[in-house]
Amino acid sequence: MAQVAEHLDGTTAHDNHDAHDHHHKETFITKYIFSTDHKMIGKQFLITGIFMGLIGMVMSLLFRLQLAWPEQSFPILETLLGKWAPDGVMDPNIYLALVTIHGTIMVFFVLTAGLSGTFSNLLIPLQIGARDMASGFLNMVSYWLFFISSVIMVVSLFVEAGPAAAGWTVYPPLSALPQAMPGSGLGMTLWLISMTFFIAGSLIGSLNYIVTVLNLRTKGMSMTRLPLTIWAFFVTAILGVLSFPVLLSASLLLLFDRSMGTSFYLSDIFIGGQVLEHAGGSPVLFQHLFWFLGHPEVYIILLPALGITSEVISTNARKPIFGYRAMVGSILAIAFLSFIVWGHHMFVTGMNPFLGSVFTFTTLLIAIPSAVKAFNYITTLWKGNLQLTTGMLFSIALVSTFITGGLTGIVLGDSALDINVHDTYFVVAHFHIVMGLSAIFGLFAGVYHWFPKMFGRMMNKPLGYVHFWITFVCSYGVFFPMHFLGLAGLPRRYYANTAFPMFDNLVDINVLISFFAIAGGIAQVIFLFNFFYSMYRGKKAEQNPWRSNTLEWTTPVEHIHGNWPGELPTVHRWAYDYSKPGAEEDFVPQTVPLQPGEKATGH
Amino acid sequence: MANASSVEMSTEKIWEGGNKPLGASYGKLMMWFFLLSDALTFSGFLTAYGLMRFKYENTWPIPEDVFTHFPFLEGENPLLFVALMTFILIMSSVTMVLAVNAGENKDNKGVSWWMLATIVGGGIFLGSQAWEWYHFITGDKGAIKLENGRIAHFADQEGHVISLSQLVHGMEKGHASNHGDKFTTEEVIAAFNSQSTMQLRYPGKLREYVNHGEAKALVAKAKVVQGANMVENEYGEPLFANFFFFITGFHGFHVFSGVVINFIIFYNILLGTYVRRGHYEMVEKVGLYWHFVDLVWVFVFTFFYLV
Repeated sequence: MAQVAEHLDGTTAHDNHDAHDHHHKETFITKYIFSTDHKMIGKQFLITGIFMGLIGMVMSLLFRLQLAWPEQSFPILETLLGKWAPDGVMDPNIYLALVTIHGTIMVFFVLTAGLSGTFSNLLIPLQIGARDMASGFLNMVSYWLFFISSVIMVVSLFVEAGPAAAGWTVYPPLSALPQAMPGSGLGMTLWLISMTFFIAGSLIGSLNYIVTVLNLRTKGMSMTRLPLTIWAFFVTAILGVLSFPVLLSASLLLLFDRSMGTSFYLSDIFIGGQVLEHAGGSPVLFQHLFWFLGHPEVYIILLPALGITSEVISTNARKPIFGYRAMVGSILAIAFLSFIVWGHHMFVTGMNPFLGSVFTFTTLLIAIPSAVKAFNYITTLWKGNLQLTTGMLFSIALVSTFITGGLTGIVLGDSALDINVHDTYFVVAHFHIVMGLSAIFGLFAGVYHWFPKMFGRMMNKPLGYVHFWITFVCSYGVFFPMHFLGLAGLPRRYYANTAFPMFDNLVDINVLISFFAIAGGIAQVIFLFNFFYSMYRGKKAEQNPWRSNTLEWTTPVEHIHGNWPGELPTVHRWAYDYSKPGAEEDFVPQTVPLQPGEKATGH
Repeated sequence: MANASSVEMSTEKIWEGGNKPLGASYGKLMMWFFLLSDALTFSGFLTAYGLMRFKYENTWPIPEDVFTHFPFLEGENPLLFVALMTFILIMSSVTMVLAVNAGENKDNKGVSWWMLATIVGGGIFLGSQAWEWYHFITGDKGAIKLENGRIAHFADQEGHVISLSQLVHGMEKGHASNHGDKFTTEEVIAAFNSQSTMQLRYPGKLREYVNHGEAKALVAKAKVVQGANMVENEYGEPLFANFFFFITGFHGFHVFSGVVINFIIFYNILLGTYVRRGHYEMVEKVGLYWHFVDLVWVFVFTFFYLV
């Protein structure tokens, strides 16, 4: 700590032209709305993401009511859904719409933009020692495209025939024919328009992240000295640049099928006893294009959470991250493999069984880098001087869900096993645990850990603990029993299972799940309170509250344009010199030069 | 350990931070990564095209039979016009290279002239594409759609495809191409029934024929199709026209954007913006985009016209 202060004092005297350029008068609009400052844009992403997350969560609670007590009357449903829940009984169409929009919002708006958008923006310039993103203007554009897409998605909830209801994967023909179901009309069109804006925003954001990491690292910040967070954001951005354009291809073709009369995805369809004139295409084509995005998307969601976890675990275990290079290697391996496994989403589409076995092979390969990461987390924790901050608890929870969810992934990745549980709650349990929970825990870990950096205040720890434990217990309470539902054959996406006597004995499990879901939902109110209360009333943060090594903690608590007063810091070591023998403190920030006689830790 | 890593560092000095490891500004890098992304979008389309074409391998229309027109030339000139288009677009890439080169020599006048030439090249390409689309939409020889949805062309005794015009008005009086004349289903059926030398030919590489006797029953329940739209086209599979419109249209949209961007840069060159700035990096960046658009066309050209 003392060394950091010394270092900063030594440089502030230096007159730096760069930093002085930014000292101009700011209005409310340039500071909070059309800001080009990466820290503010990060916060904008976070707040928008939290708002969208609330919508997505409330939707899930609504359909959990229907699943536990099918077709029973709840006044709250009529209050929130209006004509879609006459006398408080949920309409099947809105059930499908809720499931669809819940998935869309959570996958894209919360866990892609809300997670990677927030922390890539906040941390990339701060942790690599840059004044801002490569292009502040494009960064702003990226946020506003995301904002527009969020607005369109929310607006689509209010169109007369209801929002899109074809599932978040929008498979044709449900999504391609406006007459297929109520949600396939204007709702679906708005969904596609919203996603087009989202893709554009995500692309611009990713381009910025990539070039910033490549070009703007400060002196001494070699690639192998980058904190693992930056590696994760960097590779995530590359994944986004390579996979989202294919979703764009898929949705443009879909848009043409919908409104221009083409038949890329349409064939052999009867509507009202009439053969549809549009024929010759293939709905499986859409699935190929979609999942070519869809699978990398899983890692676009997960990798930032894993990066955040690496950082938080190492800091709070007061130990160097175990196997830094293996961690980087596994991120790269996961990223590469994610592009050649999409077929495992399509084992029951009638795909050639030989192709199925190829995709099984590539899918199971992912277990290797994933296991490397899981073991490295555990070995980093092993015999560490664990500081159980809220962020740390959420990170450990991520390791837990990453493992439990990953194990069922081995079952689902194997085509012979997958066929038995395909499209059941087993799948729902798997991806919610491994991707949903892990990523949301990573998001929470990041928020608790970097809140002092974002708002200059600390979040309340006891409230954080309450939030963590209820969330953690309820998460498993919701998703663990779903494995058994799935093994019993309960199909996903069904409005009600009352018509099948074979599922009657599963009703109690569904009730239990819904209780956990509601309790978990209420726990998020604690988080929201803590978040907004701490923003204004929280304890003032010190410069380096977690005694961490990375560069963001060498900046002043008060945000300034250009991040560092005076010159940019110079980096002399990697980010993980915790508890280094011979050092005075149990951490040595990256800006501290090697002491006489000190050996570099490999980087 | 320390020694080993310091040796490694000196060989990797450029990645040490504090400089641009790839020797390019952030703007240029962004353009490269954007192009990578855009390439994936086009790959998505071309892969979809490939999958569908493979599905209809035997009945997919043969490009040489479809794109046969050339302005002011009579008769069949398969792929001649598109070859010219391609040549013009590639030449506009050459002029772009010369513009970038002139920029490196700080020759403002040279940049402006070569840039203008590039814009003109792009404009001619777009115009040619419009012409190509016009003829594709209007149609060439015309066809009939059988009851089962298949498209069939009329062929003479030797198996050469003839136009509806030749079928109805006779080989001498009729035109080899319909030139926008519309024919009713009734007159076509009557004309076919009265000429026993005529037969039917299905599009596609198998060159399947149906002789006059058998064809009569098929023709009786068929309807005339002339030209192309999204739902049906006289060349064969509906998807052929779907993909043609979509992919060449999407590429054309890229060319159009390129021409607009080039024009903005051209205008800035005339204003002397880059003389004041001291470098012509903007020209290089739009140059990258322009070359990319040309490269994509080479692929589109290959997959749609050549193979």
